[in-house]
Amino acid sequence: MTPSKDQILWMYRNMVTSRRFEEIIEEIYMEGKTPAFNMANGPIPGEMHLSNGQEPVAVGVCAHLNADDIVTATHRPHHQAIAKGVNLNKMAAEIFGKSSGFSGGRGGHMHIFDPDVNFACSGIVAQGCGPACGAALSRQMQNKPGVAVSFLGEGAVNQGAFHEAMNLAALWKLPVIFVVEDNAWGISVSKEASTAVPRNDVRAAAYGMPGHFIENNDPYAIFDVAGEAIKRAREGGGPSLIEIETYRLAGHFMGDAEGYRPEGEKEALIEKDPIPAMRARILSDGTASAAELDAIETESQSKVNEAIAFARQSELAADTDALTSVFAA
Amino acid sequence: MSSNGTNERKLTIARAMAESIQQEMQINERVFVMGEDIGELGGVFGNTRGLLEEFGKSRIRDTPISETAFISAAVGAAQDGMRPVVELMFADFFGVCFDAIYNLMAKNIYFSGGGVSVPMVLMTSTGGGYSDGGQHSQCLYGSFAHLPGMKVVSPSNAFDAKGLMTAAMRDDSPVVYMFHKGLQGMGWLGTEAGATVNTPESDYTVEIGKAKVLREGTDVTLVGLAMGVHNALKAADQLAKEDVSAEVIDLVSLVPLDRETIINSVAKTGRLIVVDEDYQSYGVSGEIITTVCEHDISKLKAAPKRVAYPDVPIPFARNMEQFCLPNPDKIVAAYQAMV
Ligand SMILES: Cc1ncc(C[n+]2csc(CCOP(=O)(O)OP(=O)(O)O)c2C)c(N)n1
Repeated sequence: MTPSKDQILWMYRNMVTSRRFEEIIEEIYMEGKTPAFNMANGPIPGEMHLSNGQEPVAVGVCAHLNADDIVTATHRPHHQAIAKGVNLNKMAAEIFGKSSGFSGGRGGHMHIFDPDVNFACSGIVAQGCGPACGAALSRQMQNKPGVAVSFLGEGAVNQGAFHEAMNLAALWKLPVIFVVEDNAWGISVSKEASTAVPRNDVRAAAYGMPGHFIENNDPYAIFDVAGEAIKRAREGGGPSLIEIETYRLAGHFMGDAEGYRPEGEKEALIEKDPIPAMRARILSDGTASAAELDAIETESQSKVNEAIAFARQSELAADTDALTSVFAA
Repeated sequence: MSSNGTNERKLTIARAMAESIQQEMQINERVFVMGEDIGELGGVFGNTRGLLEEFGKSRIRDTPISETAFISAAVGAAQDGMRPVVELMFADFFGVCFDAIYNLMAKNIYFSGGGVSVPMVLMTSTGGGYSDGGQHSQCLYGSFAHLPGMKVVSPSNAFDAKGLMTAAMRDDSPVVYMFHKGLQGMGWLGTEAGATVNTPESDYTVEIGKAKVLREGTDVTLVGLAMGVHNALKAADQLAKEDVSAEVIDLVSLVPLDRETIINSVAKTGRLIVVDEDYQSYGVSGEIITTVCEHDISKLKAAPKRVAYPDVPIPFARNMEQFCLPNPDKIVAAYQAMV
């Protein structure tokens, strides 16, 4: 599938929004954490997993989804949340632990739920595979349209939950796409050191579903392959597995010294940053002008600024709110 | 047990754990370590630092993120004569692999009538307080201790951390070794200074199943483990200013539980407060209180109290999480409500 100009600019816009959002989060996260880095401090405490570099995966896949479709994401969720169209203000507020966040600060950055666009994520790897199958099953049983996409890392595919869900999805021909973000690292352990096969797309064969591997973190190629797989799922063709080579430009989480990375790796990845690469491609093939892209960047920045301001200005929840919302109202 | 406090060298719990494993690996080639990020990284919480360099990849094995596979593999290896030490990075992750733990590791000695032994250590991090949210902050002491067949320990300081780890590796039964992140001595988690204490260089063991009276007192017994001990000690300091003499017991081990030390203390003080960062209901605090009541309720001058985590998932936002966590003020208030 080839993206239209609108789709290309939509992808670019969401990549930029995600990056600008994370740049600000990164800066604010360090407030109160210098000189001594203590995760508990600052306006954004706790773990922070940035997704910068991995934006093409999110936009290439989510370009084919609408609000009714389901996404289950991981502990590294911002790019996917943004591409799925979650309410950015509420997401920012959630990351700050404010009452105006999706859960009023109960969940935090690894537990972002926006039911309006059917987005959820969680902190234990491969945890989204089963719920994606369940959502797809629900649509199938109710005769309602919709596909579910379960994002997971290449480290997470070694978790039993992934394999059980793959089999279930194939057995019941569920409209599910498993998207593996291969950023080559599971914290400090390389893909090579953790995984018996070089590419996880081959695992699809074990469950009788199509498997694809996409190289080079290329949003156009991702758009193409994901588009076909999602179309197939919508037409009742069942699940697919797509593994995508992508780049983790930051540490596993903020504060990670990354001593395990081979020398020069990070610099080389930054050279291949997908956002300037996409901008260059758009300009060189004449899809859009520099002025159009500049305007998109400005809009993304102001959307992000607004979300951050909203989060900063929001109130904390009452302490005692910790005790509420355990059961359905 | 050789445990002299003359050594002036202070270690963090992280370093004490690593040193214990290092020394045991030097004298017992059947000891090996498996877990996520325990090799080059030295453990997310620092407790295997330096081991890869000394012992190499065969004995210090970074695993795939496949807890069911490598924890049940440890069971198989232990039954076959090895002495594995495995790490479940966060206790919260037990959900993906508990079958290996409580149906295999914990039961195979029994099912075989003692025909096999399962000499393995499952080390796992616990605790919150740094806003890591509800899947990375739980203690789950009661969940592990409830299920028969595994010993469960949790050190409050580096001296015990080293001696308990050595004892655990030498035990022919499975030991769950729960270390609290806030005591680990990793600055990025914030750290309780009281956990970093003098730790002898030579190897020694701390008995599994023996509680410690860390502070003697006559008016109230404060019982806790891991971070709870530090909260209890601080509360005891505060109470002392009000001329209240609190006795502080560090459980050290949940299974076996040293009921006698608790009973003897409450027989003396007549009052009991249990401090527990795990969920309040159906857990450690209930067990300790029941132990005392079942033994001789007439010794109690007041109804026992607990300062535990409320029965809600752990919230991310700092203010809400701190509101839920036990702290010295809550312990002092519990005492004041008793008298
Ligand atoms: C079942 C489980 N085990 C371990 C962890 C700890 N952990 C969090 S992220 C991570 C690495 C995940 O790697 P990958 O799936 O490749 O995703 P990435 O972090 O690279 O996005 C690990 C081991 C976890 N969250 N869940």
